[in-house]
Amino acid sequence: MASPRPISIEITGLRKAFGDHTVLDGIDLTVAAGSVFALLGPNGAGKTTTVNILSTLISSDGGTARVAGHDIDRDATAVRAAIGVTGQFSAIDGLLTGAENLRLMADLHHLSRAEGRRQSAALLERFDLEDVARKPAMTYSGGMKRKLDLAMTLMGSPTVIFLDEPTSGLDPRSRRGLWDIVRGLVADGVTIMLTTQYLDEADQLADRIAVLDSGKIVAEGTPAELKRRVPGGTISLYLNDLDELEAAVRAFPDGVRDNDALTLSLSAGGDVPAIRAVLDRLERSAVTASHLEVTSPGLDDVFLALTGPDARKVAP
Amino acid sequence: MNAISLSVTDSSTMLRRNLLRMRRYPSMTLLLIGLPVLFLLLFVYVFGGTLGAGLSGIAVGTDSRAEYLTYVTPAILLMAAASAAQGTAISVAMDRTEGIFARFRTMAISPSSVLTGHVLGSVIQSLLAMGTLLGVSVLLGFRPDTSPLGWLALLCLLSFTAFALTWLCVAFGLVSESVETASNLPMFLVILPFLSSGFVPVDSMPVGLAWFAEHQPFTPIIETVRGLFTGNVDTATALIAVGWCALIALVGYLWSRKLYRRDPTR
Repeated sequence: MASPRPISIEITGLRKAFGDHTVLDGIDLTVAAGSVFALLGPNGAGKTTTVNILSTLISSDGGTARVAGHDIDRDATAVRAAIGVTGQFSAIDGLLTGAENLRLMADLHHLSRAEGRRQSAALLERFDLEDVARKPAMTYSGGMKRKLDLAMTLMGSPTVIFLDEPTSGLDPRSRRGLWDIVRGLVADGVTIMLTTQYLDEADQLADRIAVLDSGKIVAEGTPAELKRRVPGGTISLYLNDLDELEAAVRAFPDGVRDNDALTLSLSAGGDVPAIRAVLDRLERSAVTASHLEVTSPGLDDVFLALTGPDARKVAP
Repeated sequence: MNAISLSVTDSSTMLRRNLLRMRRYPSMTLLLIGLPVLFLLLFVYVFGGTLGAGLSGIAVGTDSRAEYLTYVTPAILLMAAASAAQGTAISVAMDRTEGIFARFRTMAISPSSVLTGHVLGSVIQSLLAMGTLLGVSVLLGFRPDTSPLGWLALLCLLSFTAFALTWLCVAFGLVSESVETASNLPMFLVILPFLSSGFVPVDSMPVGLAWFAEHQPFTPIIETVRGLFTGNVDTATALIAVGWCALIALVGYLWSRKLYRRDPTR
């Protein structure tokens, strides 16, 4: 970004342990106002714990954090007034209708009756929930519940929104719908911190990504920066039969074969010289591949390279 | 907004939510009202003739049944309060498992309003159940001999009892890992009136049981309610009854507050 934006979330040395188990082992993060920040990591990495601490749901064991300009320990009420949280489990009242759930939020935000009604109507329209507004929320589909949940979070116009795995369990269409909503919020100037296990989600939405593993941040940067940190891509050769696959394996002993799919995957750069080299060697060995697929390094590779027991050390 | 007006505003919002939930889930309210009525009918028309005769020494028949109706009504009133409180444990546990508690905790609202809303809603539900039961009892021929001041005292005592039992059940709802546990934990509250002076006089029980019945909280409460119906209240018993209610309410409140403040993600 050309002009430096004000900081919305600032975390220094955040620690949390449950008994002997250290969940957060000193986290430092800075999130610019009006941006989307994704916490990416496998299960148990500490993503939800981070969100729970920042949203004042639980206390930390050490370190400091400021959200929307307020210290989370000393000024929790001011933080709460500025944030909206959508957790992993839908925080809606199933017995109330969608409209009543929103009305409840409006009342708890101490909005006037007219303003509450205005915001409710706007949110129902924005989330395409008008048709079901008078039905009990427990009858909603998973995607509709998520939308209502998020609509409730938006009541009172929070400036910082935490979304903990907002699309887990959603079908592809609902996921895309939710992505659009997140993009719309950012366009309005809201800061969003989301956690996700889906790399494409972080890739699609986030301005910056922090990869969290075992309570530590193992990498942080823009999606493009993170992808550049993992070398190479994959060239997959598709062969016609097992004999040709055997021949291809003789030509490329380093390749990873798949007998069922009749493919051979080669770790090689995805650039033109690398592809030409592969084609040349195919020609010399008289192997006819039916077709060839080039995959550039994705966040998947970043994720696998950086997290878990087999995490490789990647040069920063 | 200062802390008190914030607390009042938010508590009344939460109360409105709980009253709305009761309307949306009427089977629970109907069960809480219907079950005590069923127990009243059962005890008066199945056991009442014989028990009433045993109590008063008159012959088994309509009179002895009427005698027992008068005797057993206070006990069933308390059963109604206990089962309404049990409903609170269930709805608190439902809130906890639905994740809406976590949402409330991340909002700038009065922290106590969430539980206060549950308690007030439940006390209203409880009074509804007891009022209905009393109405049915009167329909069956119960004729309380209560002064206007006595009725007021009765309303206060029953409200206070419902309040105390509800706070205890809020704690049960918070401490339970599941809705099923929350519905089972307060079961003893519904059983306890049986082990009191509510259904038969304490001195008709074996020594150990009689001692327990004499000293458990439901006996002084039931005796005071009975006294208010007959216009003949024993002050010492009434004080013990109010003391028990205060103790149960305090324990329930403090325990609930502690549970509500602990890590909600567990």
